[in-house]
Amino acid sequence: MSSAPVAANIEDRPRPVGDAGRAGQFVFVAAIILLCAWILVPLYLLFVNTLSSPAEVTGFPKSGLPSFSMGSVQFFLSFSGVGQALWNSLLVAVLTMVFSILLGAPAGYALSRFEFPGKEIFRLLVVMTRAFPLPLLALPLAVMFIRTGLDDTALGLALVHTVLALPFAVLITFSLFAGIPVELEEAAWTLGCNRLQAFIKVILPLVLPGIVASAVFAFTISWNEVFAASVLTIENRTLTAFLVQNLNVSPLHLKFAGGTALVLPALIFIFAVRKYLFAMWGIANR
Amino acid sequence: MTNKALPYLLLTPAILFLLVFFLYPFVQIAVLAFAGPEGFTLSHFQRMTSHWKFGTALANTLILTAIIVPVQLALALSMASIVTRLKTGRSTILYIFAIPLGLSDLAAGIIWLAIFEQSGFLNSLLVGLGLVERPVLFLGYQNIGWIFAAVIIAEIWRATAIMMVILVSGMGIIPKEYYEAAEVFGASRWQRFRKVTLPMLRPSLQTALILRTIAAFEVFAVVVALGGTTLPVLMGETYQWQFSLRDRSVAASYALVILAISIAATLVFLRLLRVPKEAKI
Repeated sequence: MSSAPVAANIEDRPRPVGDAGRAGQFVFVAAIILLCAWILVPLYLLFVNTLSSPAEVTGFPKSGLPSFSMGSVQFFLSFSGVGQALWNSLLVAVLTMVFSILLGAPAGYALSRFEFPGKEIFRLLVVMTRAFPLPLLALPLAVMFIRTGLDDTALGLALVHTVLALPFAVLITFSLFAGIPVELEEAAWTLGCNRLQAFIKVILPLVLPGIVASAVFAFTISWNEVFAASVLTIENRTLTAFLVQNLNVSPLHLKFAGGTALVLPALIFIFAVRKYLFAMWGIANR
Repeated sequence: MTNKALPYLLLTPAILFLLVFFLYPFVQIAVLAFAGPEGFTLSHFQRMTSHWKFGTALANTLILTAIIVPVQLALALSMASIVTRLKTGRSTILYIFAIPLGLSDLAAGIIWLAIFEQSGFLNSLLVGLGLVERPVLFLGYQNIGWIFAAVIIAEIWRATAIMMVILVSGMGIIPKEYYEAAEVFGASRWQRFRKVTLPMLRPSLQTALILRTIAAFEVFAVVVALGGTTLPVLMGETYQWQFSLRDRSVAASYALVILAISIAATLVFLRLLRVPKEAKI
Protein backbone atom coordinates (compact mmCIF):
# COMPACT_ATOMS: atom_id res chain seq x y z
CA MET A 1 0.00 0.00 0.00
CA SER A 2 2.87 2.35 0.77
CA SER A 3 3.83 2.31 -2.90
CA ALA A 4 0.69 4.30 -3.72
CA PRO A 5 1.63 7.36 -5.73
CA VAL A 6 1.79 10.52 -3.67
CA ALA A 7 0.19 13.47 -5.36
CA ALA A 8 -0.14 16.98 -4.01
CA ASN A 9 -3.90 16.65 -3.82
CA ILE A 10 -3.85 13.46 -1.83
CA GLU A 11 -6.34 14.91 0.64
CA ASP A 12 -8.96 14.65 -2.07
CA ARG A 13 -9.56 11.00 -1.33
CA PRO A 14 -11.69 9.74 1.49
CA ARG A 15 -9.48 6.89 2.65
CA PRO A 16 -8.26 5.91 6.09
CA VAL A 17 -5.06 7.68 7.17
CA GLY A 18 -3.34 4.38 7.81
CA ASP A 19 -2.57 3.42 4.24
CA ALA A 20 -1.12 6.73 3.11
CA GLY A 21 2.62 6.82 2.63
CA ARG A 22 4.84 8.77 4.97
CA ALA A 23 5.07 11.70 2.60
CA GLY A 24 1.32 11.51 2.02
CA GLN A 25 0.82 11.67 5.76
CA PHE A 26 2.96 14.80 5.90
CA VAL A 27 1.02 16.52 3.12
CA PHE A 28 -2.23 15.53 4.82
CA VAL A 29 -1.23 17.01 8.18
CA ALA A 30 0.18 20.13 6.51
CA ALA A 31 -3.10 20.61 4.66
CA ILE A 32 -5.07 20.36 7.91
CA ILE A 33 -2.83 22.89 9.64
CA LEU A 34 -3.03 25.28 6.69
CA LEU A 35 -6.81 25.05 6.51
CA CYS A 36 -7.20 25.58 10.27
CA ALA A 37 -4.91 28.63 10.05
CA TRP A 38 -6.94 29.94 7.11
CA ILE A 39 -10.07 29.83 9.29
CA LEU A 40 -8.58 30.92 12.61
CA VAL A 41 -5.99 33.61 11.78
CA PRO A 42 -8.49 36.19 10.43
CA LEU A 43 -10.64 35.68 13.53
CA TYR A 44 -7.58 36.12 15.73
CA LEU A 45 -6.69 39.36 13.95
CA LEU A 46 -10.20 40.72 14.56
CA PHE A 47 -9.82 39.97 18.26
CA VAL A 48 -6.38 41.62 18.30
CA ASN A 49 -7.91 44.81 16.92
CA THR A 50 -10.78 44.67 19.39
CA LEU A 51 -8.41 44.27 22.33
CA SER A 52 -6.25 47.21 21.28
CA SER A 53 -6.70 50.87 22.10
CA PRO A 54 -8.33 53.09 19.43
CA ALA A 55 -4.95 54.72 18.73
CA GLU A 56 -3.35 51.33 18.10
CA VAL A 57 -6.20 50.29 15.80
CA THR A 58 -5.55 53.23 13.48
CA GLY A 59 -1.79 53.08 14.02
CA PHE A 60 0.74 51.53 11.64
CA PRO A 61 2.44 49.11 11.44
CA LYS A 62 0.64 46.57 13.54
CA SER A 63 2.42 44.01 15.68
CA GLY A 64 -0.28 41.35 15.48
CA LEU A 65 -0.33 41.04 19.26
CA PRO A 66 -3.13 42.45 21.42
CA SER A 67 -2.25 45.06 24.07
CA PHE A 68 -5.32 44.02 26.07
CA SER A 69 -6.46 47.62 26.29
CA MET A 70 -10.20 47.90 26.79
CA GLY A 71 -10.36 51.30 25.06
CA SER A 72 -12.08 50.08 21.88
CA VAL A 73 -14.53 47.89 23.77
CA GLN A 74 -15.45 50.74 26.13
CA PHE A 75 -15.84 53.15 23.23
CA PHE A 76 -18.13 50.67 21.46
CA LEU A 77 -20.29 49.93 24.49
CA SER A 78 -20.73 53.59 25.38
CA PHE A 79 -21.37 54.67 21.76
CA SER A 80 -24.86 56.10 21.41
CA GLY A 81 -27.28 53.48 20.11
CA VAL A 82 -25.11 50.41 20.63
CA GLY A 83 -26.81 49.23 23.81
CA GLN A 84 -30.20 49.61 22.20
CA ALA A 85 -29.03 47.78 19.07
CA LEU A 86 -27.65 44.87 21.11
CA TRP A 87 -30.95 44.65 22.98
CA ASN A 88 -32.96 44.75 19.73
CA SER A 89 -30.82 42.03 18.17
CA LEU A 90 -31.32 39.86 21.22
CA LEU A 91 -35.07 40.48 21.30
CA VAL A 92 -35.57 39.74 17.59
CA ALA A 93 -33.41 36.61 17.78
CA VAL A 94 -35.29 35.24 20.81
CA LEU A 95 -38.65 35.88 19.13
CA THR A 96 -37.42 34.20 15.93
CA MET A 97 -36.27 31.24 17.98
CA VAL A 98 -39.65 30.84 19.69
CA PHE A 99 -41.70 31.30 16.51
CA SER A 100 -39.67 28.91 14.39
CA ILE A 101 -39.85 26.14 17.00
CA LEU A 102 -43.56 26.64 17.70
CA LEU A 103 -44.35 26.54 13.97
CA GLY A 104 -41.65 24.13 12.84
CA ALA A 105 -41.70 21.35 15.44
CA PRO A 106 -45.36 20.32 14.92
CA ALA A 107 -44.75 20.29 11.17
CA GLY A 108 -41.60 18.20 11.61
CA TYR A 109 -43.51 15.76 13.80
CA ALA A 110 -46.35 15.47 11.29
CA LEU A 111 -43.89 14.81 8.45
CA SER A 112 -42.08 12.11 10.43
CA ARG A 113 -45.11 10.21 11.75
CA PHE A 114 -47.86 10.38 9.13
CA GLU A 115 -48.41 9.48 5.51
CA PHE A 116 -51.07 11.79 4.13
CA PRO A 117 -52.11 13.32 0.83
CA GLY A 118 -50.39 16.67 0.33
CA LYS A 119 -47.28 15.69 2.27
CA GLU A 120 -45.08 16.07 -0.80
CA ILE A 121 -46.60 19.46 -1.60
CA PHE A 122 -45.74 20.72 1.87
CA ARG A 123 -42.20 19.36 1.62
CA LEU A 124 -41.87 21.10 -1.72
CA LEU A 125 -43.08 24.37 -0.20
CA VAL A 126 -40.42 24.08 2.52
CA VAL A 127 -37.65 23.17 0.10
CA MET A 128 -38.79 25.94 -2.25
CA THR A 129 -38.15 28.57 0.42
CA ARG A 130 -34.47 27.58 0.18
CA ALA A 131 -34.44 28.32 -3.54
CA PHE A 132 -35.56 31.93 -3.10
CA PRO A 133 -33.50 34.90 -2.02
CA LEU A 134 -35.49 35.31 1.19
CA PRO A 135 -34.14 38.61 2.55
CA LEU A 136 -35.84 40.25 -0.44
CA LEU A 137 -39.16 39.48 1.28
CA ALA A 138 -38.43 42.50 3.40
CA LEU A 139 -39.24 44.86 0.51
CA PRO A 140 -43.00 44.14 0.11
CA LEU A 141 -43.37 43.34 3.80
CA ALA A 142 -42.15 46.84 4.63
CA VAL A 143 -45.33 48.15 2.98
CA MET A 144 -47.54 45.55 4.65
CA PHE A 145 -46.00 46.29 8.05
CA ILE A 146 -46.64 50.02 7.77
CA ARG A 147 -50.33 49.25 7.18
CA THR A 148 -50.54 46.90 10.16
CA GLY A 149 -48.37 48.93 12.52
CA LEU A 150 -45.63 46.31 12.60
CA ASP A 151 -43.08 48.55 10.90
CA ASP A 152 -39.89 49.20 12.81
CA THR A 153 -40.80 46.72 15.54
CA ALA A 154 -38.87 43.72 16.81
CA LEU A 155 -41.97 41.57 16.21
CA GLY A 156 -42.19 42.50 12.53
CA LEU A 157 -38.53 41.74 11.87
CA ALA A 158 -38.75 38.50 13.87
CA LEU A 159 -41.58 37.35 11.59
CA VAL A 160 -39.38 37.83 8.52
CA HIS A 161 -36.46 36.07 10.21
CA THR A 162 -38.81 33.22 11.04
CA VAL A 163 -39.36 32.67 7.31
CA LEU A 164 -35.58 32.23 7.06
CA ALA A 165 -35.35 29.90 10.05
CA LEU A 166 -38.54 27.88 9.61
CA PRO A 167 -37.33 25.54 6.83
CA PHE A 168 -34.35 24.57 8.98
CA ALA A 169 -36.55 24.08 12.04
CA VAL A 170 -38.87 21.81 10.05
CA LEU A 171 -36.03 19.76 8.56
CA ILE A 172 -34.10 19.41 11.83
CA THR A 173 -37.13 18.43 13.90
CA PHE A 174 -38.25 16.09 11.11
CA SER A 175 -34.96 14.18 11.26
CA LEU A 176 -35.04 14.21 15.07
CA PHE A 177 -38.52 12.69 15.29
CA ALA A 178 -37.78 10.27 12.47
CA GLY A 179 -34.82 9.01 14.52
CA ILE A 180 -37.08 7.92 17.39
CA PRO A 181 -38.79 4.56 16.84
CA VAL A 182 -42.56 4.87 16.63
CA GLU A 183 -42.72 1.71 18.82
CA LEU A 184 -41.75 3.80 21.85
CA GLU A 185 -44.85 5.91 21.35
CA GLU A 186 -47.01 2.88 20.71
CA ALA A 187 -45.79 1.29 23.95
CA ALA A 188 -46.88 4.40 25.83
CA TRP A 189 -50.30 4.25 24.18
CA THR A 190 -50.82 0.64 25.23
CA LEU A 191 -49.90 1.65 28.79
CA GLY A 192 -52.79 4.10 28.79
CA CYS A 193 -51.28 7.37 27.59
CA ASN A 194 -53.16 9.35 24.99
CA ARG A 195 -51.28 10.78 22.04
CA LEU A 196 -50.42 14.07 23.77
CA GLN A 197 -49.34 12.40 27.02
CA ALA A 198 -47.17 9.94 25.14
CA PHE A 199 -45.57 12.80 23.28
CA ILE A 200 -44.86 14.84 26.41
CA LYS A 201 -43.68 11.96 28.58
CA VAL A 202 -41.78 9.82 26.08
CA ILE A 203 -40.83 11.72 22.94
CA LEU A 204 -40.20 15.22 24.26
CA PRO A 205 -37.44 14.28 26.74
CA LEU A 206 -35.66 12.39 23.96
CA VAL A 207 -35.76 15.18 21.37
CA LEU A 208 -35.34 18.14 23.71
CA PRO A 209 -31.57 18.54 23.14
CA GLY A 210 -32.12 18.50 19.40
CA ILE A 211 -34.95 21.00 19.67
CA VAL A 212 -32.68 23.28 21.66
CA ALA A 213 -30.02 22.92 18.96
CA SER A 214 -32.47 23.89 16.26
CA ALA A 215 -33.65 26.84 18.38
CA VAL A 216 -30.05 27.96 18.76
CA PHE A 217 -29.62 27.70 15.00
CA ALA A 218 -32.70 29.89 14.49
CA PHE A 219 -31.21 32.39 16.96
CA THR A 220 -27.96 32.50 14.98
CA ILE A 221 -29.77 33.02 11.67
CA SER A 222 -31.64 36.00 13.07
CA TRP A 223 -28.63 37.42 14.93
CA ASN A 224 -26.57 37.42 11.71
CA GLU A 225 -29.15 38.66 9.22
CA VAL A 226 -28.27 42.00 7.65
CA PHE A 227 -30.46 42.92 4.68
CA ALA A 228 -33.99 42.47 6.03
CA ALA A 229 -32.92 44.03 9.32
CA SER A 230 -31.59 47.11 7.52
CA VAL A 231 -34.73 47.45 5.41
CA LEU A 232 -37.31 46.91 8.14
CA THR A 233 -35.89 48.83 11.08
CA ILE A 234 -35.22 52.54 11.30
CA GLU A 235 -35.36 53.62 14.92
CA ASN A 236 -35.14 50.15 16.44
CA ARG A 237 -32.02 49.01 14.60
CA THR A 238 -30.54 45.61 15.33
CA LEU A 239 -26.76 45.39 15.74
CA THR A 240 -26.19 44.33 12.11
CA ALA A 241 -28.46 47.08 10.77
CA PHE A 242 -26.80 49.61 13.08
CA LEU A 243 -23.32 48.64 11.88
CA VAL A 244 -24.29 48.70 8.20
CA GLN A 245 -25.93 52.09 8.56
CA ASN A 246 -22.86 53.53 10.29
CA LEU A 247 -20.14 51.80 8.23
CA ASN A 248 -19.27 54.93 6.25
CA VAL A 249 -19.06 57.24 9.23
CA SER A 250 -17.87 55.11 12.11
CA PRO A 251 -14.21 54.92 13.16
CA LEU A 252 -12.33 51.67 12.62
CA HIS A 253 -12.23 50.65 16.27
CA LEU A 254 -16.03 50.87 16.44
CA LYS A 255 -16.34 48.53 13.43
CA PHE A 256 -13.96 45.96 14.87
CA ALA A 257 -15.50 45.95 18.33
CA GLY A 258 -18.91 45.66 16.63
CA GLY A 259 -17.62 42.78 14.53
CA THR A 260 -16.47 40.97 17.66
CA ALA A 261 -19.87 41.54 19.28
CA LEU A 262 -21.40 39.86 16.23
CA VAL A 263 -18.92 36.98 16.19
CA LEU A 264 -18.73 35.93 19.85
CA PRO A 265 -22.30 34.65 20.38
CA ALA A 266 -22.15 32.87 17.02
CA LEU A 267 -18.91 31.11 18.01
CA ILE A 268 -20.41 29.88 21.26
CA PHE A 269 -23.63 28.78 19.60
CA ILE A 270 -22.01 26.83 16.78
CA PHE A 271 -19.91 25.09 19.43
CA ALA A 272 -23.06 24.25 21.39
CA VAL A 273 -24.89 22.74 18.42
CA ARG A 274 -21.90 21.13 16.66
CA LYS A 275 -23.35 17.65 17.19
CA TYR A 276 -26.46 18.60 15.27
CA LEU A 277 -24.82 20.34 12.31
CA PHE A 278 -25.49 17.28 10.17
CA ALA A 279 -29.06 16.65 11.24
CA MET A 280 -29.80 20.07 9.74
CA TRP A 281 -29.41 18.67 6.28
CA GLY A 282 -31.94 15.95 6.86
CA ILE A 283 -29.24 13.30 6.79
CA ALA A 284 -28.18 11.29 9.83
CA ASN A 285 -24.75 11.97 11.29
CA ARG A 286 -22.51 8.99 10.74
CA MET B 1 -59.68 13.75 17.10
CA THR B 2 -59.11 11.33 14.24
CA ASN B 3 -55.69 10.38 13.02
CA LYS B 4 -56.61 11.63 9.55
CA ALA B 5 -57.02 15.24 10.61
CA LEU B 6 -54.07 15.36 13.00
CA PRO B 7 -51.21 15.84 10.49
CA TYR B 8 -53.08 18.67 8.78
CA LEU B 9 -53.76 20.29 12.14
CA LEU B 10 -50.06 20.10 12.98
CA LEU B 11 -49.08 21.57 9.63
CA THR B 12 -51.66 24.37 9.58
CA PRO B 13 -49.68 26.95 11.58
CA ALA B 14 -46.58 26.53 9.41
CA ILE B 15 -48.61 26.58 6.18
CA LEU B 16 -50.58 29.68 7.15
CA PHE B 17 -47.37 31.39 8.18
CA LEU B 18 -45.63 30.58 4.88
CA LEU B 19 -48.66 31.71 2.90
CA VAL B 20 -48.74 35.11 4.60
CA PHE B 21 -45.02 35.76 4.93
CA PHE B 22 -43.56 33.84 1.99
CA LEU B 23 -45.98 33.42 -0.93
CA TYR B 24 -47.94 36.64 -0.48
CA PRO B 25 -44.84 38.89 -0.36
CA PHE B 26 -43.56 37.35 -3.57
CA VAL B 27 -46.79 38.24 -5.31
CA GLN B 28 -46.40 41.71 -3.85
CA ILE B 29 -42.90 42.07 -5.28
CA ALA B 30 -44.26 41.38 -8.74
CA VAL B 31 -47.12 43.84 -8.17
CA LEU B 32 -44.69 46.53 -7.00
CA ALA B 33 -42.44 45.96 -9.99
CA PHE B 34 -45.08 45.87 -12.70
CA ALA B 35 -47.91 48.10 -11.43
CA GLY B 36 -48.12 51.72 -12.54
CA PRO B 37 -50.82 54.34 -12.26
CA GLU B 38 -52.58 52.84 -15.33
CA GLY B 39 -52.19 49.17 -14.58
CA PHE B 40 -49.39 47.06 -16.02
CA THR B 41 -46.20 48.90 -16.85
CA LEU B 42 -42.60 48.18 -17.70
CA SER B 43 -41.48 51.69 -16.78
CA HIS B 44 -39.91 50.58 -13.47
CA PHE B 45 -37.86 48.00 -15.32
CA GLN B 46 -36.84 50.57 -17.91
CA ARG B 47 -35.85 52.96 -15.15
CA MET B 48 -33.76 50.21 -13.59
CA THR B 49 -32.01 49.09 -16.77
CA SER B 50 -31.35 52.58 -18.01
CA HIS B 51 -29.50 53.51 -14.82
CA TRP B 52 -25.76 53.28 -15.48
CA LYS B 53 -25.12 51.12 -12.44
CA PHE B 54 -27.48 48.30 -13.45
CA GLY B 55 -25.21 46.65 -16.02
CA THR B 56 -22.17 46.91 -13.75
CA ALA B 57 -24.09 45.55 -10.75
CA LEU B 58 -25.41 42.59 -12.73
CA ALA B 59 -22.00 41.84 -14.25
CA ASN B 60 -20.21 42.18 -10.90
CA THR B 61 -22.66 39.86 -9.17
CA LEU B 62 -22.40 37.22 -11.90
CA ILE B 63 -18.58 37.41 -12.09
CA LEU B 64 -18.25 37.20 -8.29
CA THR B 65 -20.51 34.13 -8.25
CA ALA B 66 -18.70 32.51 -11.18
CA ILE B 67 -15.36 32.82 -9.34
CA ILE B 68 -16.48 32.17 -5.76
CA VAL B 69 -18.70 29.11 -6.17
CA PRO B 70 -16.27 26.85 -8.12
CA VAL B 71 -13.38 27.69 -5.76
CA GLN B 72 -15.62 26.95 -2.80
CA LEU B 73 -16.69 23.66 -4.33
CA ALA B 74 -13.08 22.52 -4.72
CA LEU B 75 -12.15 23.71 -1.24
CA ALA B 76 -15.24 22.18 0.35
CA LEU B 77 -14.55 18.84 -1.35
CA SER B 78 -10.98 18.87 -0.03
CA MET B 79 -12.09 19.79 3.49
CA ALA B 80 -14.85 17.18 3.49
CA SER B 81 -12.41 14.50 2.28
CA ILE B 82 -9.96 15.42 5.03
CA VAL B 83 -12.65 15.27 7.71
CA THR B 84 -13.91 11.94 6.37
CA ARG B 85 -10.39 10.46 6.47
CA LEU B 86 -9.58 11.69 9.97
CA LYS B 87 -9.56 9.24 12.82
CA THR B 88 -8.27 11.31 15.73
CA GLY B 89 -9.34 14.86 16.44
CA ARG B 90 -12.17 14.64 13.93
CA SER B 91 -14.67 16.63 15.96
CA THR B 92 -12.16 19.38 16.79
CA ILE B 93 -11.11 19.84 13.16
CA LEU B 94 -14.73 19.68 12.08
CA TYR B 95 -15.67 22.40 14.57
CA ILE B 96 -12.84 24.65 13.39
CA PHE B 97 -13.80 24.13 9.74
CA ALA B 98 -17.46 24.83 10.59
CA ILE B 99 -16.86 28.04 12.56
CA PRO B 100 -17.62 30.41 9.65
CA LEU B 101 -21.02 28.73 9.35
CA GLY B 102 -22.18 30.75 12.33
CA LEU B 103 -20.76 34.09 11.24
CA SER B 104 -22.73 36.78 9.49
CA ASP B 105 -21.52 38.14 6.18
CA LEU B 106 -21.17 41.53 7.83
CA ALA B 107 -18.81 40.09 10.44
CA ALA B 108 -16.80 38.42 7.67
CA GLY B 109 -16.56 41.74 5.84
CA ILE B 110 -15.33 43.49 8.98
CA ILE B 111 -12.81 40.72 9.68
CA TRP B 112 -11.25 41.03 6.24
CA LEU B 113 -11.39 44.82 6.53
CA ALA B 114 -8.99 44.43 9.48
CA ILE B 115 -6.61 42.70 7.09
CA PHE B 116 -7.01 44.76 3.91
CA GLU B 117 -7.48 48.33 5.20
CA GLN B 118 -4.63 50.75 4.73
CA SER B 119 -3.27 50.45 8.25
CA GLY B 120 -4.27 46.79 8.36
CA PHE B 121 -2.42 43.55 8.90
CA LEU B 122 -1.63 42.79 5.26
CA ASN B 123 0.12 46.15 4.86
CA SER B 124 1.90 45.65 8.18
CA LEU B 125 3.21 42.33 6.90
CA LEU B 126 4.20 43.64 3.47
CA VAL B 127 6.05 46.64 4.91
CA GLY B 128 7.61 44.49 7.64
CA LEU B 129 8.98 42.10 5.00
CA GLY B 130 10.20 45.05 2.97
CA LEU B 131 8.07 44.13 -0.04
CA VAL B 132 6.53 47.59 -0.33
CA GLU B 133 7.84 51.01 0.72
CA ARG B 134 4.67 52.31 2.33
CA PRO B 135 1.16 50.94 2.96
CA VAL B 136 -0.93 50.30 -0.14
CA LEU B 137 -4.47 51.63 -0.34
CA PHE B 138 -6.12 48.32 -1.28
CA LEU B 139 -9.75 49.31 -0.82
CA GLY B 140 -9.76 52.71 -2.53
CA TYR B 141 -12.09 53.45 -5.44
CA GLN B 142 -9.17 53.44 -7.89
CA ASN B 143 -8.43 49.84 -6.90
CA ILE B 144 -11.58 48.02 -8.00
CA GLY B 145 -9.51 44.90 -8.68
CA TRP B 146 -8.35 44.72 -5.07
CA ILE B 147 -11.84 45.29 -3.69
CA PHE B 148 -12.99 42.48 -5.97
CA ALA B 149 -10.24 40.20 -4.67
CA ALA B 150 -10.98 41.11 -1.04
CA VAL B 151 -14.70 40.35 -1.49
CA ILE B 152 -13.90 37.02 -3.15
CA ILE B 153 -11.49 36.00 -0.37
CA ALA B 154 -13.90 37.06 2.38
CA GLU B 155 -16.79 35.18 0.78
CA ILE B 156 -14.71 32.03 0.26
CA TRP B 157 -13.53 32.27 3.86
CA ARG B 158 -17.04 32.69 5.23
CA ALA B 159 -19.30 30.52 3.14
CA THR B 160 -17.29 27.39 2.29
CA ALA B 161 -18.28 25.83 5.62
CA ILE B 162 -21.92 25.37 4.64
CA MET B 163 -20.89 23.42 1.52
CA MET B 164 -18.42 21.38 3.53
CA VAL B 165 -21.04 20.33 6.11
CA ILE B 166 -23.42 19.21 3.35
CA LEU B 167 -20.67 17.26 1.58
CA VAL B 168 -19.40 15.62 4.79
CA SER B 169 -22.86 14.30 5.57
CA GLY B 170 -23.19 13.18 1.94
CA MET B 171 -19.87 11.29 2.07
CA GLY B 172 -20.96 9.67 5.33
CA ILE B 173 -23.77 7.75 3.66
CA ILE B 174 -21.74 6.33 0.75
CA PRO B 175 -21.50 2.58 1.53
CA LYS B 176 -17.93 1.48 2.36
CA GLU B 177 -18.41 -1.61 0.16
CA TYR B 178 -18.22 0.56 -2.96
CA TYR B 179 -14.70 1.68 -2.04
CA GLU B 180 -13.68 -1.86 -1.14
CA ALA B 181 -14.98 -3.15 -4.46
CA ALA B 182 -13.15 -0.39 -6.34
CA GLU B 183 -9.97 -1.23 -4.45
CA VAL B 184 -10.28 -4.91 -5.32
CA PHE B 185 -10.40 -3.93 -8.96
CA GLY B 186 -7.21 -1.93 -8.50
CA ALA B 187 -8.61 1.60 -8.59
CA SER B 188 -6.16 4.24 -7.38
CA ARG B 189 -7.18 6.83 -4.80
CA TRP B 190 -7.83 9.42 -7.45
CA GLN B 191 -9.88 6.93 -9.50
CA ARG B 192 -11.92 6.00 -6.43
CA PHE B 193 -12.58 9.68 -5.79
CA ARG B 194 -13.59 10.27 -9.42
CA LYS B 195 -15.58 7.09 -9.99
CA VAL B 196 -17.15 6.42 -6.57
CA THR B 197 -17.20 9.53 -4.38
CA LEU B 198 -18.19 12.15 -6.98
CA PRO B 199 -21.06 10.21 -8.63
CA MET B 200 -22.43 9.02 -5.29
CA LEU B 201 -22.22 12.55 -3.96
CA ARG B 202 -24.52 14.02 -6.62
CA PRO B 203 -27.53 14.78 -4.38
CA SER B 204 -25.32 16.55 -1.84
CA LEU B 205 -23.42 18.40 -4.57
CA GLN B 206 -26.74 19.55 -5.98
CA THR B 207 -27.98 20.87 -2.62
CA ALA B 208 -24.66 22.53 -1.85
CA LEU B 209 -24.36 24.21 -5.25
CA ILE B 210 -27.95 25.48 -5.27
CA LEU B 211 -27.73 26.91 -1.75
CA ARG B 212 -24.37 28.56 -2.33
CA THR B 213 -25.14 29.98 -5.77
CA ILE B 214 -28.35 31.60 -4.58
CA ALA B 215 -26.56 33.02 -1.56
CA ALA B 216 -23.77 34.30 -3.81
CA PHE B 217 -26.31 36.25 -5.90
CA GLU B 218 -27.40 37.89 -2.64
CA VAL B 219 -23.91 39.09 -1.70
CA PHE B 220 -24.39 42.37 0.15
CA ALA B 221 -22.86 43.03 3.56
CA VAL B 222 -19.35 41.82 2.66
CA VAL B 223 -19.30 44.20 -0.29
CA VAL B 224 -20.63 47.09 1.80
CA ALA B 225 -18.08 46.46 4.54
CA LEU B 226 -15.10 46.21 2.18
CA GLY B 227 -15.96 48.58 -0.64
CA GLY B 228 -18.89 50.74 0.41
CA THR B 229 -20.75 51.63 -2.79
CA THR B 230 -17.61 51.54 -4.93
CA LEU B 231 -18.41 48.03 -6.13
CA PRO B 232 -22.08 47.91 -7.17
CA VAL B 233 -23.82 44.53 -6.80
CA LEU B 234 -27.51 43.67 -7.30
CA MET B 235 -28.43 43.42 -3.63
CA GLY B 236 -26.59 46.64 -2.82
CA GLU B 237 -28.44 48.46 -5.61
CA THR B 238 -31.76 47.09 -4.30
CA TYR B 239 -30.90 48.61 -0.94
CA GLN B 240 -29.85 51.91 -2.54
CA TRP B 241 -33.10 52.23 -4.51
CA GLN B 242 -35.17 51.37 -1.46
CA PHE B 243 -33.45 53.94 0.78
CA SER B 244 -31.30 56.56 -0.91
CA LEU B 245 -33.42 56.87 -4.06
CA ARG B 246 -36.70 56.00 -2.33
CA ASP B 247 -38.21 54.12 -5.25
CA ARG B 248 -39.76 50.89 -4.01
CA SER B 249 -40.85 49.81 -7.49
CA VAL B 250 -37.33 49.88 -8.91
CA ALA B 251 -36.08 48.08 -5.79
CA ALA B 252 -38.73 45.42 -6.43
CA SER B 253 -37.60 45.19 -10.06
CA TYR B 254 -34.07 44.49 -8.81
CA ALA B 255 -35.50 41.85 -6.49
CA LEU B 256 -37.17 40.18 -9.47
CA VAL B 257 -33.87 40.15 -11.37
CA ILE B 258 -32.16 38.43 -8.42
CA LEU B 259 -35.08 36.03 -8.18
CA ALA B 260 -34.92 35.26 -11.91
CA ILE B 261 -31.20 34.43 -11.96
CA SER B 262 -31.64 32.39 -8.73
CA ILE B 263 -34.40 30.29 -10.27
CA ALA B 264 -32.41 29.91 -13.49
CA ALA B 265 -29.37 28.70 -11.55
CA THR B 266 -31.49 26.29 -9.49
CA LEU B 267 -33.00 24.77 -12.64
CA VAL B 268 -29.57 24.40 -14.24
CA PHE B 269 -28.20 22.54 -11.20
CA LEU B 270 -31.31 20.39 -10.90
CA ARG B 271 -30.88 19.34 -14.52
CA LEU B 272 -27.07 19.01 -14.55
CA LEU B 273 -26.87 16.90 -11.42
CA ARG B 274 -30.09 15.01 -11.91
CA VAL B 275 -30.31 11.87 -9.79
CA PRO B 276 -32.37 9.08 -11.36
CA LYS B 277 -34.91 7.71 -8.89
CA GLU B 278 -33.59 4.16 -9.10
CA ALA B 279 -30.04 5.32 -8.37
CA LYS B 280 -30.86 6.76 -4.94
CA ILE B 281 -29.20 5.14 -1.94
